[in-house]
Amino acid sequence: MKILVCISHVPDTTSKINFTEGDTKFDTNGVQFVINPNDEFGLTRAMWFKEKQGASVDVVNVGEADTEPTLRKALAIGADNAIRVNTPATDGFQVAKELAKVAQDGGYDLIIAGRESIDYNGGMVPGMLAKLIKANFVNTCVSLEVEGDKATAIREIDGGKETLTANLPLVIGGQKGLVEESDLKIPNMRGIMMARKKPLNVVEPVGADAKTKAEKFAKPAPKGDVKLVDKDNLDELIDLLHNDAKAI
Amino acid sequence: MSVLVYTESENGKFKKAAYEAASYAKGIADQLGTSVTAVSVNAEDDASLGKYGVRKVLKVSNDKLSKFNADAYADVLTQAAKNEDAKVVVLSQTANDKYLAPVLAVNLEAGYAANAVALPESTEPFTVKRNAFTNKAFNFSSISSDVKIVGVSKNAYSLKENETDAMVEEFSPSLDESDFSVNVESVDKATDKVTIADAEIVVSGGRGLKGPENWGMIEDLADTLGAATACSKPVSDMGWRPHSEHVGQTGKPVAANLYIAVGISGAIQHLAGINASKYKVVINNDPEAPFFKAADYGIVGDAFEVVPQLTEKLKEFKANNS
Repeated sequence: MKILVCISHVPDTTSKINFTEGDTKFDTNGVQFVINPNDEFGLTRAMWFKEKQGASVDVVNVGEADTEPTLRKALAIGADNAIRVNTPATDGFQVAKELAKVAQDGGYDLIIAGRESIDYNGGMVPGMLAKLIKANFVNTCVSLEVEGDKATAIREIDGGKETLTANLPLVIGGQKGLVEESDLKIPNMRGIMMARKKPLNVVEPVGADAKTKAEKFAKPAPKGDVKLVDKDNLDELIDLLHNDAKAI
Repeated sequence: MSVLVYTESENGKFKKAAYEAASYAKGIADQLGTSVTAVSVNAEDDASLGKYGVRKVLKVSNDKLSKFNADAYADVLTQAAKNEDAKVVVLSQTANDKYLAPVLAVNLEAGYAANAVALPESTEPFTVKRNAFTNKAFNFSSISSDVKIVGVSKNAYSLKENETDAMVEEFSPSLDESDFSVNVESVDKATDKVTIADAEIVVSGGRGLKGPENWGMIEDLADTLGAATACSKPVSDMGWRPHSEHVGQTGKPVAANLYIAVGISGAIQHLAGINASKYKVVINNDPEAPFFKAADYGIVGDAFEVVPQLTEKLKEFKANNS
């Protein structure tokens, strides 16, 4: 089984988000970049396919050279090869079209991406990629098993779960549940040393057009002070929730 | 040239998210000087969409569509959009809508803006304000393609009544075998519980509750309020509660009317996940907990004392106000 894991290069979850150049650019100053958490669950699941079912695992990112440390981290976790499509990621459609070329060239059986990146939250790349390459698609996937050319996946729905089956090739929009948080591996020194020698192929883009553009950004209005209610006066809280917030 | 909206139903009844999407579509139609056409699938009360400004309903009745299937539903919407020559398609952001949106976008060669929180600030260029950085910021995204898809966030635009006579027309799109290559084997959905996605009120517990055996008081408070229950990341990581209840940056986002956090300190990832909720209440014995900076109302006190008392008082309140 040939697996491709799509990796987004995103600010660490603890990052404070700021903007520069008149709120048109994300301020990367002092920000640490990581593998998108939704992608990391999928990468770790892919490692299990490698260990237990002899799968090969490639990772891919659409981005400029500054994303390479994130790809190297994926190699250190255990991916075999990395591919970087040498163009900035501008919108979901453009990224999906660039990935479609890599996917078709590589002839992958299974492609795992995160359900969304935690920076732009577009939530569209896996579904677009699947449709572009005419593969089956399961979104918000929390469990995945593959036997032969048949996959059984569990998808999270609002208020429950759904079990789906589909033939390969398959694209997954993955999230926590594919593996647990405690299953995630911090690369060890041996992994990091080996990752330096693994191939990181830079390929040129097909030059897909974006259909959306991030024009500018804004931060939420600062929060007013909390209204503290004495723990012995809970009637006041109920009154506030009923009359001020009209929430109960 | 109408604005097309997909109005999702479950067991024949439209979801609140569907009426919100219809309200939002009406807002865009007014900006563009056109009307709203809705697509319903196996729904019963199609005329009810008129209340939120829908002029025409394309009513699809098809047993093959009794279970949701992203490819098939996207195919239905693709044909509807082409029939209507729709330039804007509005979706909600339920799990199903998020699943079909990118498939539809490829079918229609459309740019897609997810998590929209307001009507387009301009239609030329078509620029939408949306949540980004997992609710830590907003992004204004312009869509340049001929057809545009907008997914409107739950509780962001809310319901806007706009009484209109809705014409209901039967619509029979042709479905292909290939639309059903992903099979739904089984659906496991608790029908007796309020879900986080649908809930107006969410009651959430954190590590301060000390163990899963103490969750009864969270459930009592939630039951009293008709609320869904949720939890912080450490609680789900330790297995005290199922992952489906984990709220935060890598868990579920919560856009409720009221979010009550019990024994949750308020890590930045958690606060990002609940930021889209309108009112936040924190109950925590540590007055320095970061959650107090993000909350509207706060109580400094021991959850084990405060929560049962609050539940009792709310029961009295409910009894006197119903």
